[in-house]
Amino acid sequence: MADVTIIKYNAGNVMSVMYALERIGVSYHLTDNPEEILAAQKIIFPGVGEASTAMKSLVDNGLDKIIPDLKQPFLGTCVGMQLLCKHSEEGDVECLGVFDVPIIKFPKTEGFKIPQTGWNNLYNYNCELLNGIKENAYVYYNHSFYAPLCENTVATTDYILPYSGMLQKDNFYACQFHSEISGDVGEQIFKNFMNL
Amino acid sequence: MLTKRIIPCLDIKNGRTVKGTNFVNLRDAGDAVELAAIYAKEGADELVFLDITATVEGRKTLLDLVKKVAHTINIPFTVGGGIGSVADVSALLNAGADKISINSSAVKNPDLISELAQEFGSQCIVVAIDTRHVEMKKHIVHTHGGRTPTELETISWAKEVEDRGAGEILLTSMDADGTKDGFALELTATISENAGIPIIASGGAGNMDHFQEVFTTGKADAGLAASIFHFKEIGIIDLKTYLTEKGIPMRL
Repeated sequence: MADVTIIKYNAGNVMSVMYALERIGVSYHLTDNPEEILAAQKIIFPGVGEASTAMKSLVDNGLDKIIPDLKQPFLGTCVGMQLLCKHSEEGDVECLGVFDVPIIKFPKTEGFKIPQTGWNNLYNYNCELLNGIKENAYVYYNHSFYAPLCENTVATTDYILPYSGMLQKDNFYACQFHSEISGDVGEQIFKNFMNL
Repeated sequence: MLTKRIIPCLDIKNGRTVKGTNFVNLRDAGDAVELAAIYAKEGADELVFLDITATVEGRKTLLDLVKKVAHTINIPFTVGGGIGSVADVSALLNAGADKISINSSAVKNPDLISELAQEFGSQCIVVAIDTRHVEMKKHIVHTHGGRTPTELETISWAKEVEDRGAGEILLTSMDADGTKDGFALELTATISENAGIPIIASGGAGNMDHFQEVFTTGKADAGLAASIFHFKEIGIIDLKTYLTEKGIPMRL
């Protein structure tokens, strides 16, 4: 059995995640089959693109029903993180509701470009996926929508306002940034996830 | 705090870098994958690969190169050159590119920008604009490496590509390109101030102060250069250290 199962759905390409796992020697299995997902040891839920389209793809495969009840270590990245939240303003769509927080658009603000594109730092760590990573580590972001700070926030980033860089609740872990292309920091996060 | 980005650009032909390189520790100076790995290790924030291959065979080689690069480096990279359709973009993203850049094809068919943004999301669509100063305060978009003028006025074209869904603009001043006299600061600042999306400034970098200027006076979000990095005139670590000392936010 592969070390980790990647959920396949219509949300952009997952190649970057697969390559990142190969670089750290992790074997993976890509599937949209609910039974295979239920049987997985660990699960990665990537995502780029538009939230309502991605959510529709999950619903079409029946994955919206099983994901919130999974018990394995589960890691959502970027749009994958956003879909784990309650609702997204992008396409005004109900999401999976694992995290009780909405996804909203950055407010238009003088001096700030949207999407936020580039490297920004994390602080106020409270997550084992950040073990061994020094405070204020830089990660790569590329997004227009964000999760406000909430009780599940386990790392914070500032852009226009402080928001959730990472969320965690029980077995569900999530990064707003692209851990798969966030240099050595991103690789350490995947390694820590694989060591859970 | 969001940092400013330093982006080395590699020109690719038939899968290999074509502009000369001066990396003594490279086994093969033309190997784009090795060069990319060195830049990533030295702290480049992103990479841009510009394919100047004209043949179908060469394009296939490009896809192999993109796969190898994606497999090797752990930072984002953009691929541009010869992209004219949704299928071209799909192939590059599936090979592992994080973003793609379009130029002449966007000028020829502006609807392509909207189509690509719709299909893949704005965040991975970079529109490259090659511009040349023609008369008093007037800047015109050029294609074919800056040789062919278009009807488009640069500042309004920048606004249009944003409205059509571009996620970033790669602005190259053909007047400054190759001079090493510094970036086109005034034009970059005007476009950046009018834009809601990030601007990557390109053309004219000759020393570290030029980067400081483009991030302050030029209001750019990222600075791109090729030969000064390839010929090791400026080291990426040295540049980022220098800019940090000057108060520019950098990822070190």
